[in-house]
Amino acid sequence: MSNTEHMIKLEDVHKYFGKLHVLRGINLEVDRSDVVVLIGPSGSGKSTLLRCLNFLELAQQGSIYIDGQLVDPDSTNLDKVRARVGMVFQHFNLFPHKNVLENVTMAPINVRKEKKKAAREKARALLSQVGLEDKDRAYPSQLSGGQKQRVAIARALAMEPDIMLFDEATSALDPELVGEVLQVMQDLAAEGMTMLVVTHEMGFAREVADRVVMMDEGLIIEDNTPQQMFDSPKEERTSKFLRQVL
Amino acid sequence: MLSILQEHFFAFLEATSMTLRLTAISLLLAVAVGLIVAFLKLSPNRLLNGAANVYITVIRGTPLIVQLMFLYFGISRLIVLSSFWAGALALAIHAGAYVAEIFRGAIQSIDKGQMEASRSLGIPYWQSMRLVVLPQAFRRAVPPLGNQFIIGLKDSSLVAYLGVSEIYGTALSIQAENFQPFETYVVAGMYYLVLVLIFTLLVNRLEARLDVEKRRNEPEVPQLEYATP
Ligand SMILES: Nc1ncnc2c1ncn2[C@@H]1O[C@H](COP(=O)(O)OP(=O)(O)OP(=O)(O)O)[C@@H](O)[C@H]1O
Ligand SMILES: [Mg+2]
Repeated sequence: MSNTEHMIKLEDVHKYFGKLHVLRGINLEVDRSDVVVLIGPSGSGKSTLLRCLNFLELAQQGSIYIDGQLVDPDSTNLDKVRARVGMVFQHFNLFPHKNVLENVTMAPINVRKEKKKAAREKARALLSQVGLEDKDRAYPSQLSGGQKQRVAIARALAMEPDIMLFDEATSALDPELVGEVLQVMQDLAAEGMTMLVVTHEMGFAREVADRVVMMDEGLIIEDNTPQQMFDSPKEERTSKFLRQVL
Repeated sequence: MLSILQEHFFAFLEATSMTLRLTAISLLLAVAVGLIVAFLKLSPNRLLNGAANVYITVIRGTPLIVQLMFLYFGISRLIVLSSFWAGALALAIHAGAYVAEIFRGAIQSIDKGQMEASRSLGIPYWQSMRLVVLPQAFRRAVPPLGNQFIIGLKDSSLVAYLGVSEIYGTALSIQAENFQPFETYVVAGMYYLVLVLIFTLLVNRLEARLDVEKRRNEPEVPQLEYATP
């Protein structure tokens, strides 16, 4: 792929849950290595948008391109696409019956068919990257929320994804644990990962994001640099929302 | 009573072995049947789903002894089977319905986020089931399965009416000879009781072992509801 190709591109994406029209024509482009922060009120469709991007939900209308390639759910192996699009959830969703190392190596061993030894070595490197090299034998129930989320990030990274999606990755954490997870995300951004991040951490958006995208009622209503978004929003709804969260 | 215990010690020993074999085979089959039916019931396909529902409804809605006779005479029309195997199959088909409900409940009790996290990593559906959901579901199914297995052990006594000499069947013939029905049935009951107690002990051990480490600091798992027959 050429470098000018967008890593993510959505064209007029619509998503319905029954009669509920949740995404009402989303157009979005994310360049390689860019960090885009998605903000917006509760129920505006931020999670749904992320879930459509790794096809946990299927959009009924519109086109989704990953790394320049149109993903048609009918003719594409979605498992292959998902392997390239990592996702980090609000509630971590670690596998409680597996220890940390097994959490991280499960997908590489079973999907990428990596050798166990190599997968473990890579997992250990990732764990030390997120500051958890000494926790490889621990079970999720023995970790703090911040540690769990860092394991979840390492688990997603083990598939060597091109894109990472974060859905309120720090919202379930005690305030004192938020920083360690944001730091890992910031490091990841610095390494050039393409990231789409739903978060209420406006400090993170301001510092790390290349663009901030404001959603409301299933539409993107503003797409701007962090500075302009926070200092001089164009839309009244944006400034109202920002007054509420800041 | 003691004299019955002594006199028929070997008969009851053999009967116990028969009961255990009958129970083990029928429950093993019931687990296989139950797992398949649980997936049919969870399937979005209406036909598969409906078939599973009919099976569960019929089994739950009719007495075991009727099912036993029905299947015994039904099966022996199609294929020649010893009464042992006919009985084991019938017990398996019966217990399978309850085991299916236990597995379905256990699978559904696993947080949806588990399957989603697994799929988001690119792990295909059935592999996610096998690697992520089922191991956790099995763990949760152990207590109700233990309960169902105890019921299965006791239910195996009905196979006596197909002419199998398990514990109850043996008691039936002994009391016909010695004219001491009360004492004989008490002895038979004691055999069942001891087996159930041993089995309960094993299940408790298994539960304790499964709990070690993996769930130590996790919130209480909601108690599964399961139907008693
Ligand atoms: N599986 C579903 N079935 C039916 N409705 C759904 C489903 N998932 C989401 N919705 C609805 O879609 C709308 C958008 O939900 P979504 O979770 O995408 O919002 P959000 O922007 O992430 O909100 P929040 O900030 O609260 O997480 C909501 O009205 C929600 O109730
Ligand atoms: Mg959300």
